[in-house]
Amino acid sequence: MTDPLTPVLTADWDQPGVFTLDGYRRAGGYQALPKALGMPREEVITIVKNSGLRGRGGAGFPTGVKWGFLPQGDTKPHFLVVNADESEPGACKDIPLMMATPHTLIEGAAIAAYAIGASHAFIYVRGEVLHVIRRLRHAVEEARAAGYIGQNILGSGFDVEVIIHAGAGAYICGEETALLDSLEGKRGLPRNKPPFPAVAGVYALPTNVNNVESIASAPSIILNGADWFASMGTEKSKGCGIFNLSGHVTTPGTYEAPLGITLRELLELSGGMRGGRRLKFWTAGGSSAGILTEEHLDMPMDFESVAAAGSGLGTRSVMIFDDTTCVVGAVLRWTEFYQHESCGKCTPCREGTFWLVRILEQLEGGHGKDEDVEKMLDICDNITGRAFCALGDSATPPITSAVKYFRDEFLQHQKEGGCPFDPAASTVWSEA
Amino acid sequence: MPFSDQVRARLDADADRIIAQYPGPRSAILPLLHLVQSEEGYVSEDGIGYCAAKLGLTETDVTGVVSFYTMYKRRPVGQYHVGVCTNTVCGVLGGNQILAELHEHLGVGDDEVTPDGQVSLEHLECNAACVYAPVVMVNWEFFDNMTPASARQLTDDLRAGHPVKPTRGPDRLVTWREAARVLAGFNDGLATEGPAAGPADLLGLKIAHEHGWTAPQAPGDRAPEPGPAGQKAGDQAPAAGGGQINKEPR
Repeated sequence: MTDPLTPVLTADWDQPGVFTLDGYRRAGGYQALPKALGMPREEVITIVKNSGLRGRGGAGFPTGVKWGFLPQGDTKPHFLVVNADESEPGACKDIPLMMATPHTLIEGAAIAAYAIGASHAFIYVRGEVLHVIRRLRHAVEEARAAGYIGQNILGSGFDVEVIIHAGAGAYICGEETALLDSLEGKRGLPRNKPPFPAVAGVYALPTNVNNVESIASAPSIILNGADWFASMGTEKSKGCGIFNLSGHVTTPGTYEAPLGITLRELLELSGGMRGGRRLKFWTAGGSSAGILTEEHLDMPMDFESVAAAGSGLGTRSVMIFDDTTCVVGAVLRWTEFYQHESCGKCTPCREGTFWLVRILEQLEGGHGKDEDVEKMLDICDNITGRAFCALGDSATPPITSAVKYFRDEFLQHQKEGGCPFDPAASTVWSEA
Repeated sequence: MPFSDQVRARLDADADRIIAQYPGPRSAILPLLHLVQSEEGYVSEDGIGYCAAKLGLTETDVTGVVSFYTMYKRRPVGQYHVGVCTNTVCGVLGGNQILAELHEHLGVGDDEVTPDGQVSLEHLECNAACVYAPVVMVNWEFFDNMTPASARQLTDDLRAGHPVKPTRGPDRLVTWREAARVLAGFNDGLATEGPAAGPADLLGLKIAHEHGWTAPQAPGDRAPEPGPAGQKAGDQAPAAGGGQINKEPR
């Protein structure tokens, strides 16, 4: 039986200077890379496949399988792209990881690049995190000077350049094909699939795109073995992952736990709801996965169980709201976010999110009409599955789930001619 | 007015270094735009023209890219650009109130600059620091767990030229233009300043240490095994290159 918390990626975050090469090596870093370089590429991929690691960026696709999609033995250059554009509302796991242990990501990127035969590894990091970008660049310089990346790394004959590429503010660039367009120097618009990036990615060449946490998981898996990783988690959701608890909890914070931990367990660790107030709604996987309620307190947070509850594990971004919070206002803010971030390429997402915001504004202000809730659901129905990329599909679950669990609250606004909640009661300082 | 020869020569040296990193030159467009933003504080027509000429693109192409990304400003912002997160968690926990009070305190609207040119203000979407909500960013550095009072004090200090230190960042705040230069790819030597992580990022680890909880023991002795006191089996890690191998990759 594994322990309730299993720090692996976060295990050394409390070590002073762990973001430097010396600090990382003191913590046992850069032992996995030589081990991986000593194996045939296929074996590295097999170990990651057997570990059961599934993409930690939200979609949950098996990482080793994805690596295996790249052609082996062709003559084209291959590329690794690390998606470090963390912007999902509620997600704050990749940014602290790169701030604290950038070398874990670089070691993982070197291992992944070796496995897929990539000559370049791009780390596409959102631009709005200046100190993280400094740390990453510094780590790349140190790693290159020490021979962990660059030419003929560790005498293996394998070359890989790691390039830190700062974005410029666009949530859509977390969508892998939009990220690739952005990396090519264009507006970050999603591409049609197929062809998938493994066939035609950046510069139309074979490319593998993985989330930061997925890539950073590679060194410990290579070092400790597939069985070690698979001994954590559930049957189909193996391993551990970083959970961010934010919102109305006594002590918001970051926890690394086996997949399958419940919110009740996490709440017990974090001192429960602030002021002993009642849990009203929460997300398991960021806003894009929609909301859940206290009936889901004992739902295991693994890919299957959260999906079965009509939501998604996503990025394990657990945002928690107590009974002072207006669900209509919360959903309006999320929907404004999706409207703002919609790239405008496809009509359902561009127009749909625009009209959803207009309707939610009316509802929140108490000026809604009887048919507005149904109208919203109809618009959601016309976005989901009909948008060009996952951003459209992400915009609707907050609304559909909020109506499912709190339909009366939408109507109450209309009945009372305004919002029945006092926003001041939801603030951090209201309890002071 | 286009850049002077002197400015152009300086930019060229930087731009050539940026472009050389990429297998495809157009990939350099985002860092080049950060670079011209560091020169003028915003992306001007001249900046766009410079990038277009440098990459062999039309000005229309470059303008299309600039308008897509929110970090590029088409008008001057303050020496210190203050962003208040008003996405749901930060907004509900007080970000909405902080933004409203700063608007009033500074007398500026969204994307406007104080008359002294020191501080500009905008609302932000999620900046990946939700466990520290409400969050304020200044020149893209983290200011965690803010209140209306601490946010007002922050902007007062910025306007008065008092030293200001981000919560999780270097020991001093760099200016907007200096920040843009870091984004373009140039070091400012501050990477090793500041903490590895903030207290909320360490909460789970602290609780695990208190209970003696760890990841499972790995087969053999090779696993870094965090103990209750933070001791690592990895302390016996070999030095750099200790695991050198000479095997030819397939």
